[in-house]
Amino acid sequence: MRDLDESDIEALAIGAAILGTGGGGSPYIGELRCRRALREGKRIRLIALEELADDALVMSVAGIGAPTVSIEKLPEGGEGLRAVRALESYCGCTVDALIAAEIGGGNALEPMITAAEAGIPVVDADGMGRAFPEMQMCTFSIYGHRAAPAAIADEHGNIVLFQRTVSEHWFERLARSTVVTMGGSATGAEAPLSGRLAKQIAVPGTVTQAITLGNLVMAANRQHTSAISAICAQESGVHLVDAKIVDVKRHLLGGFSVGEILLEGMDAYAGTRAKVAFQNEFLTFERDGTVEACVPDLVVILDVDSGRAISTEMLRYGQRVAVLALPCHALLRTPAALAVVGPSAFGLEGIEYRPLSDGRAASNPSSMQIGKTP
Amino acid sequence: MYRIGIDVGGTNTDAVIMDGQAIHAVVKVSTTPDVTSGLMQALQMVLESVALAPENVGLVVIGTTHFTNAVIERRNLSPTAVVRLCLPAAQCLMPMVDWPADLRAAIGEHHYLAAGGVEFDGTPIAALDATEIKRIGADILARGIRSIAVSGIFSPVRDQFEHEVGRLLVEACPGAAITLSSAIGQLGLLERESATILNSALRELASTTVASLRDGVAQCGIGCPVFLSQNDGTLMDATTAERFPVLTFASGPTNSMRGAAFLSGKADAIVVDVGGTTTDVGLLHRGFPRQATTTVNVGGVRTNFRMPDVFSVGLGGGSIVTDAEPAPHIGPRSVGYRLTQEARVFGGPVLTATDIAVADGRADIGDASQVDGLDHALVQRCAGVIDKLLADAVDRARISPEPIPVIAVGGGSILMPDRIGGLEVMRPQHFAAANAIGAALAQASGEVERIYLLDNLSREAALDDAEQAARRKAIVAGARAGSIVVSEREDVPLAYLRGNATRVRVKVVGDMNL
Repeated sequence: MRDLDESDIEALAIGAAILGTGGGGSPYIGELRCRRALREGKRIRLIALEELADDALVMSVAGIGAPTVSIEKLPEGGEGLRAVRALESYCGCTVDALIAAEIGGGNALEPMITAAEAGIPVVDADGMGRAFPEMQMCTFSIYGHRAAPAAIADEHGNIVLFQRTVSEHWFERLARSTVVTMGGSATGAEAPLSGRLAKQIAVPGTVTQAITLGNLVMAANRQHTSAISAICAQESGVHLVDAKIVDVKRHLLGGFSVGEILLEGMDAYAGTRAKVAFQNEFLTFERDGTVEACVPDLVVILDVDSGRAISTEMLRYGQRVAVLALPCHALLRTPAALAVVGPSAFGLEGIEYRPLSDGRAASNPSSMQIGKTP
Repeated sequence: MYRIGIDVGGTNTDAVIMDGQAIHAVVKVSTTPDVTSGLMQALQMVLESVALAPENVGLVVIGTTHFTNAVIERRNLSPTAVVRLCLPAAQCLMPMVDWPADLRAAIGEHHYLAAGGVEFDGTPIAALDATEIKRIGADILARGIRSIAVSGIFSPVRDQFEHEVGRLLVEACPGAAITLSSAIGQLGLLERESATILNSALRELASTTVASLRDGVAQCGIGCPVFLSQNDGTLMDATTAERFPVLTFASGPTNSMRGAAFLSGKADAIVVDVGGTTTDVGLLHRGFPRQATTTVNVGGVRTNFRMPDVFSVGLGGGSIVTDAEPAPHIGPRSVGYRLTQEARVFGGPVLTATDIAVADGRADIGDASQVDGLDHALVQRCAGVIDKLLADAVDRARISPEPIPVIAVGGGSILMPDRIGGLEVMRPQHFAAANAIGAALAQASGEVERIYLLDNLSREAALDDAEQAARRKAIVAGARAGSIVVSEREDVPLAYLRGNATRVRVKVVGDMNL
């Protein structure tokens, strides 16, 4: 267990944006809220998965809604804690730690804020190892842990309790419409899971991973070295291309920002033409008709000079970007996971998931079948 | 009727006289500490140079960096109260939470959160409490604060609450300078609120500055309306400028790019503005600077102004040259406005980028014999460094491999080679006064940003509705209806919400009705 300070939070925000793969919302508001909590003397403590007792209870906390709303209607502040307390009271339990449902983007910071208020630690793990557009795309759900009972709280003090949903898709649908009624932004807490289960189905070490990435970027900016190569080295990732965006096509489809960007290689990549498809998050990287990286591996777009993440909402014509592919965790590569977060789950027919090679995936002992495509 | 454009920069004040598309006179004088006497000197000189009677001037446009500099230097800022209409939401972060401490101290921390604000679809979050607002007004009055910023959640979508609170605060605090956030910026509560606070804090300075600029113009015998350049290069009348000084923050680079477009006749080009200390490079798209999409930092404060996407490098005519291995250093240190005393070609002791340009035969200013003795190899190496810095900056602005003209403007553009990165460099006539010419171009704009629910409305209908609203605003700002064209039109869906809500932004521009 260790205490996070303001510099950790700054690094976490940078790293979480990178792991957001273009989505997940900006971590900026969450970063400011964590800084405020620390300045008020509250503690943000990080506990490793292995430090967690098997019978400990862990609850995931996440902001739900539209990023455009969350930069305008800032939270009241106590939403996360109210959701946690309501769910504790319904379940008749007391949670020992909180965990991020999604390390990518603003939701990396959400459990930190609530945990600082509640005086409990945050687990160094999450349910995605990146960002995904829907709540069932979470390892907790994929491996059989039901989101409900769950609670969603708004700034007024309203709390909606989901006693039971018949599937994770139903939870997603019901939660989404609840949040729209609450004004497009709210905070949710989901059914507690045991420490034993968390150790099996949570993506481990992702808070530390994000902080490490953030620190690498800041150090590279200070020393005027390449953040891109530092990130690739750290993550066993592939530097796919340095390019200029020559076109951004986007449209709205069922509440998602869907589209693709066309890239034209520059510097060492001059002459390369490539394409990145997105649905809130970046999904695939394609060059000369070949898909070289695709979900659930992380397709990351960074500013070529600063190494800072560029979200799908910030994409525009003429931007100079680096595209990286980072291997996802083995928990996202099983047949069960690929059915929910693989290319076919995003309607990408005809694309077969080929895992990026990754030393960690091969050496990671897991009870789950890994690394196979369906 | 004739138009006069004036650019009041940190070093020089430039003035031009234009009539239609013709440039009749250009003058340059030193900026004075009081701004007004330099302005008057420039006006008198430019009128005399073509023997123009002041009564034949129909429009005066002034571009100034005065208000940006006040924020950067933390001077002449008024203590400002902030009233945020948000409760019960948005209590988690107070106004100015991410500001530098010295700027927070200069403005004071007088923050009031009150019930109000709306959801993204315009539904009230909570009802406004007039009694509460009156109590807040009384407290502001008791503290002796005369500047107030009012922000409300989603006020760009629906501004009714902000207006109501504005009226209540005028009653409670007679004479106070009140700025509503809906009049300032776009979505993003903290950024819009910060811009609103800066605006209110600058209001007293704006009153005195704009009054003295008007006085200066009037004392030169010119009785026509006075306008100021705003961030997007279009005009606002002096009364609006007094109320919205923040809208002048980016007028400098915008005017120079718009002037470059006019002088070169190119609507799509890369503009390189070389000054004494820095070079600004930006892209012209359909005659207007391409806008930055990320937040813009002004004096350490994040704001969401629409500002030109300009890349700056520390290279200018006054950049100091020192030999080093493997390559000489040029800039970012500069002799700045002391160039005509310090540079070798002006008899001074310092080797500057201008001296290299003269020794290399690119420029012919000062006394070339002063650089005759320079080592030829050193001159070549330095010229190589200058070319590399400029070529890299130009390449950043390129968005396609298609050839695009490069327009060199600004006093330091003598540093520019004839070709850069394979692109032809144009040096239009009057390049040194592109700023003042940009100011004199005289267009007015209207901009609208709204969220539309596309359940019973097509995307095209939403865009058209926003365009009509923007056209009405442009006409109010002084545009001639027949000349209005759409300059920006975009819609970005609100991701993650299944209501098909989309954010639409439309901006239109037209010629001033003279």
